[in-house]
Amino acid sequence: MELTVDYIQERLLENFGEEISFFLDPYDMLNFETPKEKNLKVLQFLFDDEKLNFRFLTDICAVHYPSEKGRELAIVYHLHNLRDNVRIRYKIFTSIESPDIFTATNIYECANWMERETYDFFGINFVGHPNLKRIQNVDEMDYFPMRKEYPMEDQTRIDKDDEMFGRGGSVI
Amino acid sequence: MSRPVKYNINPQVTKISDSISYADLPEGMEGEGFYATKFEKIVGLARKNSIWPLPFATSCCGIEFMATMGSHYDLARFGSERLGFTPRQCDLLMVMGTIAKKMAPIVKQVYLQMAEPRWVLAMGACASSGGIFDSYSVLQGIDQIIPVDVYIPGCPPRPEAVLDGVLRIQDLVHNESLRRRNSSHYKALLNSYDIQ
Repeated sequence: MELTVDYIQERLLENFGEEISFFLDPYDMLNFETPKEKNLKVLQFLFDDEKLNFRFLTDICAVHYPSEKGRELAIVYHLHNLRDNVRIRYKIFTSIESPDIFTATNIYECANWMERETYDFFGINFVGHPNLKRIQNVDEMDYFPMRKEYPMEDQTRIDKDDEMFGRGGSVI
Repeated sequence: MSRPVKYNINPQVTKISDSISYADLPEGMEGEGFYATKFEKIVGLARKNSIWPLPFATSCCGIEFMATMGSHYDLARFGSERLGFTPRQCDLLMVMGTIAKKMAPIVKQVYLQMAEPRWVLAMGACASSGGIFDSYSVLQGIDQIIPVDVYIPGCPPRPEAVLDGVLRIQDLVHNESLRRRNSSHYKALLNSYDIQ
């Protein structure tokens, strides 16, 4: 039997019930969300289940929504069922004050570097990660550059005309 | 019996003097049977025409540099055909391309491994100033970490511009005093970069 979005949705509802919520499915790709404490249970279920069989973690990334109070940071897991070639997207949200998420490294080995990258750019604290340190930026960096309160531009430049680069000045 | 191949109807006799370029004599005293000039002029002349560049190519400027090294533009005409891929043997560090902040200590390390006298050429907008990458991760010009002698503008510069940059380096090499590297001015410059 083909693995359909409806079937996955049904199985998830059956096992996690009220705690799970679904979004739009752009291009027939299932999107769903649970409370952040549930992430390991959901991932383990998707990994272990004979039918669902989501054994490949394509990517982990994060998004910063500064306007959504209490759920500023989204962590997105992209999962892939290689046998049926089905992809799903699983999101959890956390507040920016305590961005603590359980690590998925015990389920997916490849989550190690992905979580380090997510920590590097968004400061998500993956609880239980074996080696949570910066992976791409310089070790001396003391902030998380992809959070939206920090400017994109390098702040050491003094020779660039601010008006020409859209950071203040008199031109609107 | 085969005929000898003739490619030209009127074969041209090549004179070897047409394909060799002579460096001009440095200023000095000339007389019958002797010629006297300053030692540093001779050293400058020798150094200038045999610069060994070290290509530190990180992006598209490096591709343009490959064209410069190729037969069409041919950097070898200026005595710099011998690229060294070890900093210890090279005179000229050519930094070509974007240098990320994480790469900065490596550029500096390469510069430190070069023996004096050494020159640095920053090719392209990124190496000179960070270029379009006004970003948290990109070094805003390699002159933040090492002293630079010549900047080549462009994104990327044409091979002609690279040749011109190398010629400007040759001018510096030619006219540099032998004592410059021992001067307090030069030491102060290096100290400002925390070198030595």
